Amino acid sequence: MFDVVVVGAGPAGSMAAKTCAERGLKVLLIEKRQEIGTPVRCAEGISKKGLQRFVEIDRRWISAEVIGAKIYSPDGTEVTMAEEMAGNEVGFVLERKIFDRYLARLAAKAGAEVIVKTTFIGFERVGNALRVKLKRMGEDWEVETKLLIGADGVESRVGRIAGIIKTLKKSEIESCAQYLMSGLDIDENYTYFYLGNDLAPGGYAWIFPKGNGCANVGIGVLPSIAKANAKFYLDRFVEKLEIRGKIVELVSGAVPVYGEVATAVADNIMLAGDAAYHSDPITGGGIANALSAGYHAGIVASEAFEKKDFSANFLRRYDELWKADFGWKLRRNKRLQEFFLKLDDETLNSLARSIAGKNIREMSIEAIIAELIKKNPSIIELLKSFLSP
Amino acid sequence: MAKRAFVDRRKCAYCGACVAVCNLLAAELIETFLEIKEDCNGCGICVKVCPMNALRVAEV
Repeated sequence: MFDVVVVGAGPAGSMAAKTCAERGLKVLLIEKRQEIGTPVRCAEGISKKGLQRFVEIDRRWISAEVIGAKIYSPDGTEVTMAEEMAGNEVGFVLERKIFDRYLARLAAKAGAEVIVKTTFIGFERVGNALRVKLKRMGEDWEVETKLLIGADGVESRVGRIAGIIKTLKKSEIESCAQYLMSGLDIDENYTYFYLGNDLAPGGYAWIFPKGNGCANVGIGVLPSIAKANAKFYLDRFVEKLEIRGKIVELVSGAVPVYGEVATAVADNIMLAGDAAYHSDPITGGGIANALSAGYHAGIVASEAFEKKDFSANFLRRYDELWKADFGWKLRRNKRLQEFFLKLDDETLNSLARSIAGKNIREMSIEAIIAELIKKNPSIIELLKSFLSP
Repeated sequence: MAKRAFVDRRKCAYCGACVAVCNLLAAELIETFLEIKEDCNGCGICVKVCPMNALRVAEV
């Protein structure tokens, strides 16, 4: 009998397991793969703030630090967002293979039991607890638990079997492909974003430096409007930009761009991270929100044990916490994404030109929208119609 | 004729995008092994979402 079973040892799951274990709960953390952290399905970028809130920085899993971002409109107009003070890094590019293992080890060190090559199959209710069906190295295994935390990623089974979330539509998911390339000649102080309806329909292409001339070169497209698969657009992007490097790794993945789910809980169950569609609908970034969600799920799990109440009604406290922390941003950015999807390349170019050459001091969506409004008062009305509830 | 999805394992990069959009939970990623179960109705959404062009729908 466990107090909490956590499905998935990514950032959300390991953070949830660690938080629960630190508060004295008996935790089982399962990972379906035999190795935590691989294969990577991530562009690995995260803001310094988002990371530092929950983890002490350890250089072993930092690939590169950046001071800002450069965004390119379809005609190549450059918009720079950067800290003007040298040494004031605002973002990190992680080494997820090491980062994820580090977090799982923190969970284990806090007392959680970690078991790999173990898959979640389903659950049934027994009284006010759950009997969770697992498959461990091919063998059926059942465990009883009071709480189940689904941190099983974009392909979450926990959330769908429990009826908490709906399956993503093809307009609610970014299909992504990425190369880790070596031998690149780029300024490694920046991350790079490339926009364009033809270049990356419904998404964007990116170059995130990983140090020593290496970088994640990738692309995300929205399958509802893309005419081909992500890898096709990635190869075209690499060719068009004449990115001359050796491909030393291929990564593919999918990112929910759903916005804010109404609830991430059911009786005895909470969802965290991509499993709750917690990734950002504009940037696709998900690690910071996953860490926050995992932490808050862990806190509410320990409160549920204090109150001996595992009902959805009580677990809604977790909904309140993640929504207050970042849910509002998912909701707003979903509307902004819908706004940006309507812009043609010419409008993107003229918007970019209106703010090109100005250094935007802060690396955030808020800062760029504020600058766009300052220079293009006419878009306020348009934006309003998207942002009003 | 019934339709269902098929995976080309030499193209599949086992990311799980297809699993995420499969309403019938017919696609399952087991480690690096994508399995498509018989409940698949050949709706084809996975083909559209696959970053690697590793899926196709065919008659069975």
